[in-house]
Amino acid sequence: MAEPTPAQTVGPFFADALPYPGDRLLLAPGTPGAVRLHGTVRDGAGEPIPDALVELRQADAAGRVPRVEGSLHRDGRFTGWGRAATDGGGRFHFWTVEPGGVEGGAAFFALTVFARGLTERLFTRAYLPGEQDVFLDGLPEGERRTLQTVREDDGSLRFDVRLQGEGETVFLRFPGHHR
Amino acid sequence: MATQLESQSVISEEIARVHAAMLERPGGAPQPLTDFPPYRSSVLRHPTQDQRHADPEGVELVAPVFGHSDVDTVEADLTIQHAGEPIGERMVLTGRVVDGEGRPVRRQLVEIWQANAGGRYVHKRDQHPAPLDPHFTGVGRCLTDDEGHYRFTTIKPGPYPWRNHHNAWRPAHIHVSLFGHEFTQRLVTQVYFPGDPLLALDPIYQSLSDPAARERLVAAYDHDLTTHEWATGYRWDVVLTGSHATPLQRPSDREDDHG
Repeated sequence: MAEPTPAQTVGPFFADALPYPGDRLLLAPGTPGAVRLHGTVRDGAGEPIPDALVELRQADAAGRVPRVEGSLHRDGRFTGWGRAATDGGGRFHFWTVEPGGVEGGAAFFALTVFARGLTERLFTRAYLPGEQDVFLDGLPEGERRTLQTVREDDGSLRFDVRLQGEGETVFLRFPGHHR
Repeated sequence: MATQLESQSVISEEIARVHAAMLERPGGAPQPLTDFPPYRSSVLRHPTQDQRHADPEGVELVAPVFGHSDVDTVEADLTIQHAGEPIGERMVLTGRVVDGEGRPVRRQLVEIWQANAGGRYVHKRDQHPAPLDPHFTGVGRCLTDDEGHYRFTTIKPGPYPWRNHHNAWRPAHIHVSLFGHEFTQRLVTQVYFPGDPLLALDPIYQSLSDPAARERLVAAYDHDLTTHEWATGYRWDVVLTGSHATPLQRPSDREDDHG
């Protein structure tokens, strides 16, 4: 089996290349059932990271995984994928639907995090409030909390990402991924 | 007064120390070290806890899908995006994308971005006092074909200075973003050029402690790709990580069944 091509950091200059109009709008804001998923990406000193990029993959509300093209020109299609660069305050957001669990599994958003200074992408999960599964249950309470979205008073979902330090987000390694 | 920046020799010694320590570790290191102090920006941005092992499920088994409604074929040519021709060495970058099992990654999105021939990015944060090229943005996209091939026409990027340490210069490189069959196969990396003397000095390239892994990021000059009186040619193939889905879950395999 061929060895995998290694990763390198996304660097500081992706902002003119990877973001595109509508990248974070899986649904138009204000669409019935639309929810805002948002958070802040922070470093080991607790400082917001203004040059991070978050990508999101999710099922639709019924737990079906879209295999639909059109994320770059959505034209009303729900593709279950989006991308959001952080702003000057390290904040990112998506407008989307709350996913259903796939094939009876717990409901979560799958996220990938990139940043200048981060030499390879990181995977994590943002579970809907109250969701449980074997993976989540197997984590100590402090770590589990880092994977749970929080329902805000305005109905939105908050998911903060901490790359390092207190409350460091649990990142995932899948089988076959070297470390 | 600005912080005193370390010299290249201090950074190079740090790189050599980390590489020597990694040699002691069994199993090699095919991916970059996330904790790699010679790359100063990594110090506060790498996780300190071990990544948690997880079996991919649901959405994690399915990459996003892209198609011709997403990407126009002209986006693969970075030299025709403006009214005039960009300055620099016109070149082709092409290769094949396969997954860890060697299956071609078909009709999938490849994105690139890069500096111009003078080593300057369009990005507003790039302060390098080299000229912008009004005819070059340095951003391209394409879809792989049915055998997993991608192809871009562009301008060979120049090296550029950065502030990791005193007199720090990045080797010429093109940033590449790739998707596979599964969400877990996502890859963002950089492709370099053969014989670049800056490679040995660069803490980003050297965040790969394994020389064989570093070599996989260097494109090969291929004279058969070079075209008469037009462009030089570079070949760079990509292998993504292995897949997890069973054969029945793989859309590309299902398509094979239908011819």
